[in-house]
Amino acid sequence: MSTATAPFPQIQTRPLNKTLSIYFREARAEFLTRLRLRAYSMSIIGFPLMFYVLFGLVLNRDAAVQGTQFTTYLIATYGTFGVMGAALFGTASGLAAERGLGWLQVKRASPMPPFAYFAAKVVMSTIFSTIVVVLLFTLGITFGGVHLSAALAIKLLSTLVIGSLPFCAMGLAIGYFAGPSSAPAIINLIYFPMSFCSGLWVPIMFLPKVLRSFARVLPPYHLAQLALSTVGAGQHESNWIHWEVLIGFTLICVGIARLGFQRDEGKMYG
Amino acid sequence: MNATLQAIPSVRTNEATISPSSIIARLQRVSKHYGDVRALREVNLSLRQGELLALLGPNGAGKTTAVKLLLGLAKPTSGTASIFGGNPVDSTVRIRVGAMLQVAKVPETLRVREHIELFSSYYPAPLPLSKVLALAGLQEIKDRLFGDLSGGQKQRVLFALAVCGDPDLLFLDEPTVGLDVEARRLLWAQIRNLLEKGKTILLTTHYLEEADVLADRIVVINHGEIIAEGTPAEIKTKTAGRRIRCVSNLNIATIRGFPYVLEVEQKSNAYEIRVVEAEPVLRELLTRDPAVSEIEVSSAGLEEAFLALTRDNTAAPRR
Repeated sequence: MSTATAPFPQIQTRPLNKTLSIYFREARAEFLTRLRLRAYSMSIIGFPLMFYVLFGLVLNRDAAVQGTQFTTYLIATYGTFGVMGAALFGTASGLAAERGLGWLQVKRASPMPPFAYFAAKVVMSTIFSTIVVVLLFTLGITFGGVHLSAALAIKLLSTLVIGSLPFCAMGLAIGYFAGPSSAPAIINLIYFPMSFCSGLWVPIMFLPKVLRSFARVLPPYHLAQLALSTVGAGQHESNWIHWEVLIGFTLICVGIARLGFQRDEGKMYG
Repeated sequence: MNATLQAIPSVRTNEATISPSSIIARLQRVSKHYGDVRALREVNLSLRQGELLALLGPNGAGKTTAVKLLLGLAKPTSGTASIFGGNPVDSTVRIRVGAMLQVAKVPETLRVREHIELFSSYYPAPLPLSKVLALAGLQEIKDRLFGDLSGGQKQRVLFALAVCGDPDLLFLDEPTVGLDVEARRLLWAQIRNLLEKGKTILLTTHYLEEADVLADRIVVINHGEIIAEGTPAEIKTKTAGRRIRCVSNLNIATIRGFPYVLEVEQKSNAYEIRVVEAEPVLRELLTRDPAVSEIEVSSAGLEEAFLALTRDNTAAPRR
């Protein structure tokens, strides 16, 4: 329809600072929503910490793997496990439920910038990721005799948090193709086996040979290797390969999520 | 039946709302199919500035589909939907529109105030929070989590989210569904309040009383087609008209032959006659049967009108 003939005055587009303020508010609301869901925040933060306490601090406190203190090694692997959980559940379960139960439609009918909705989920997930990793550091340093310089800690934290983004993309893809009640089950079905096979629970060299080679096709393996390399452990492969795999995986997931978005919008506008 | 209907003059047409430039939302020959389901067929609908149009119909009639098309949440299979002369999906259009939709689940761990503040931030000139809270009657519960609210309170929050941006045009999709009588009346008062401020409202409902009480115009929809349109009074007259009850010696076929008679039923010893206008039929009755007795005249309620309409439509052959 021609806008030139519209009998109503056109309103200018939203100024940038106003748009940024919407993004900020959207992310804050998303974070508060999730933080107050006790069962959610307790399990996202609690699971990796619990595993770390059990396998790192209680059972193997004084062990070492290939010259790296076990408690330090496990911060990298349970850190990977933790950020992966925060990313997958943070994006997929919310999106699937809100898509399926009508809330996303209420938001789409409003003038909310559509991308703010997804950005909020990703930001919320990375905040949870940061909390998980910082708490792992705290536990390791306090009870596990872990020594991490501030620079190293920041490097490990940022590797893990940036490395959680591929899993945010994966979560969005799942959220677009899973139903509101099936999404958590689907995530668990992917999350736990993938974590185990990538050597996040038990260090990779203790896994059978067939699993060790299978791990190379799993994205969490590559993030774990990046995290381990910051503390001088791991398989000592080229970091470029790990980043390339993670970037490729992200692009595939974003592509799938985009298909889901277009399919939904197609129902809406196509 | 239609021929009779069109002969009846409109009861309260508001001339000021008729000029075409005041049409702010419109469906033009819109059909919408979901797979094999034809949710709407060739529907024409216009919403005029400052009016409350009630889209009335049973469940599954296509009311929500019509709202979604006007909100740009669905695209017509054929025909066009426009708002403020533009495409409903444009953000310049959306900032002038508020919507209360049927939603199965709203994030429960945000406070009422936080929900409203977030939606207000989407609009260029939102109402102050205190005003929104007052409009929707939420002052007392503004700090409660959404999940802790009663059904009626939840509906009021959704209403608040629709009005917080001070939009010119409001869509209220079954706003009072599941509310008790008191909560419903409260929401009605709030809706009237908005009309007084010059807002234009499209309300869908399957509560006939609600359409009768609130609407300037009613569009009755069933099986995806508009089957009647007019003021509440017109809709009542058009369909069921008025009802005469009497005891008479005339036989039923004779009465059926009277002008203005729509339908006659024998109820024990009395006749129930559905008529377009009561006076000519009464005159005829008294002339033909001086012994006619126990005459009662009543106007058919909207409920009856509505049932008559949707029943007739169901009986019509399907395409």
